[in-house]
Amino acid sequence: MTALAGPAFPAPPRRLGLRGGLRNTSTLTWRSVLKIRTNMEDVLGLSLNPIMFLLLFTYVFGGAIAGGTHAYLQFELPGILVLSVVFATLGTGLMLNQDIAGGVFDRFRSLPIARWAPLAGAVLGDMVRYMISVAITLGFGMILGFRITTSALSAFAGCLLVLAFALAMCWVSALIGLLAKTPQGVQWFGSLIYFPLTFGSNVLVPTQTMPGWLQAFVKVNPMTDLTEAVRGLLVGGPVATPVIRSLLWAVGIFAVFAPLAVRVYRRKT
Amino acid sequence: MRYDAATPNAIEATGLVKRFGKTTALAGVDIVAGQGRVLGVLGPNGAGKTTAVRILATLLRPDGGQARVCGYDVVGDAHRVRQLIGLTGQYASVDEGLSGTNNLIMIGRLLGLDRRAARARAADLLGRFDLAAAAARPVKTYSGGMRRRLDLAASLVGSPRVLYLDEPTTGLDPRSRTDVWHMVRELVSDGVTVLLTTQYLDEADQLAHDILVIDRGTVIATGTPDELKARTGRQVLRISPSDPARLAEAAALVEAACGAKVTTDAEVGAVSASVASTALLPRIVRELDARGIELAEFTLRKPSLDEVFFALTGRPADGKDSGTRELEGSKP
Ligand SMILES: Nc1ncnc2c1ncn2[C@@H]1O[C@H](COP(=O)(O)OP(=O)(O)OP(=O)(O)O)[C@@H](O)[C@H]1O
Ligand SMILES: [Mg+2]
Repeated sequence: MTALAGPAFPAPPRRLGLRGGLRNTSTLTWRSVLKIRTNMEDVLGLSLNPIMFLLLFTYVFGGAIAGGTHAYLQFELPGILVLSVVFATLGTGLMLNQDIAGGVFDRFRSLPIARWAPLAGAVLGDMVRYMISVAITLGFGMILGFRITTSALSAFAGCLLVLAFALAMCWVSALIGLLAKTPQGVQWFGSLIYFPLTFGSNVLVPTQTMPGWLQAFVKVNPMTDLTEAVRGLLVGGPVATPVIRSLLWAVGIFAVFAPLAVRVYRRKT
Repeated sequence: MRYDAATPNAIEATGLVKRFGKTTALAGVDIVAGQGRVLGVLGPNGAGKTTAVRILATLLRPDGGQARVCGYDVVGDAHRVRQLIGLTGQYASVDEGLSGTNNLIMIGRLLGLDRRAARARAADLLGRFDLAAAAARPVKTYSGGMRRRLDLAASLVGSPRVLYLDEPTTGLDPRSRTDVWHMVRELVSDGVTVLLTTQYLDEADQLAHDILVIDRGTVIATGTPDELKARTGRQVLRISPSDPARLAEAAALVEAACGAKVTTDAEVGAVSASVASTALLPRIVRELDARGIELAEFTLRKPSLDEVFFALTGRPADGKDSGTRELEGSKP
């Protein structure tokens, strides 16, 4: 046993460099991933949510919209993939909110670590959650009869695109989590932003079926570009333009919301 | 040592001001803690103790005044201050979803220890805080006291030179409490400076070299425990008649002699009074003797900090009248 005062620590510099910050981030990512394992309720929700979406939409809308469940499944699955993952990002905000309420962030803020590391760690750790969501949606979709009609590589690229977009969206969620006073607040604010964003798009129905004013919104909605891109990559259709537009959206959302979230976090007292 | 040891005072704050909306939590507070000493910060609920600790721990920015820890400014040089301090806040700040071991490993890694060193430090601290058996369990299954001890352990992972303990023993059983006292003494013997807030005056009496009493955001007294006790200028006389039946009679007599109210404890058969001057004592003894009241006990002692506290704030130490102050202080 060493003295209670402990071993000598390497003297860190006056400011922590990028490398130090990345090391902190990897530690905190490890923490988030460990936490996923201990929170089985969350994992269950992550898995059941896409299954519920798939069953519900395939069999409720299938006949009416596409004239058959199989045809509709081919159409909607890419949309549900987007939907499930985007909704899963809401969990990031919820977890941050709990971390702050539970005092863990006070601990982080009293440590000599990069100020952005706790947020980056939470976000990166959550990528595991999104991967679970993607895997379940695709897997269960296949069980229901969904078939990838492009190639495995193309489908893989589709999944990566969804994850890249989620990495941007979860900064929106992080910001909500930091601004809301309670977990309920996160749920409400989250719903107000996420529902129009996800359902006000071509995720579930083709844009042409909607009234003109709605089409205008749907067309500028990043979710529409993303869904179109994923559709193209999984079952065929235009790819280049929607993929580029989705990536631009992801970069844009990240560039606006990540610094904003870090700023709010640093200001938080 | 990880810092410039030339600074004589580990903590030096002057004129700290902090407002929350309409509430002024701190209205110009000076805090000084010498290197390797224990500063006890006392005050009723809502006095501003936690606010002061959070400013010194870089968690809050003061609205006025400045504070230095080992010579580094808590605002301008926050990153360096964070390398020197350990904090056990009033409410445990551990990760409920992780095990005790992983909580401490995480902090060790964040502080730059390698995997092996972080693991060893975690095991060492968990052993010291009697948590080895629960080390692998998620913290959400811990009892309140266990969580508290883990929080204490977490604040020590980084071998802080300055340690803030905000009511560290609240909610601990007597044995854990004594363990914490031992720990504080051990750290102090290693040269660590400790700032301790507490509701238990005996704790401050036991541990603190210096005491700072805050009330409503201002410092109302400072000094060593002995100086504070001497400050009220009064000592406490306590007598118990051999014959318990004569307690009331003795009480009346002492009250008349001191000219102040006495407290009678019928259960143990004792009368206590605060006496302004020891010159009164011979008179009291003579009168008791004249009435033939034999004594089983006759003691004179310095006032306890509880009594000092009461004299200084006009309120008992447990902050019974804090209800209204809490309301005053609640969110704007
Ligand atoms: N975040 C906050 N928002 C609004 N008011 C606050 C906040 N933090 C503290 N206060 C107010 O500031 C005052 C001082 O609070 P503080 O927590 O420092 O008291 P304390 O001495 O630690 O009390 P206790 O013994 O109850 O822990 C109180 O009136 C409190 O209501
Ligand atoms: Mg407090």
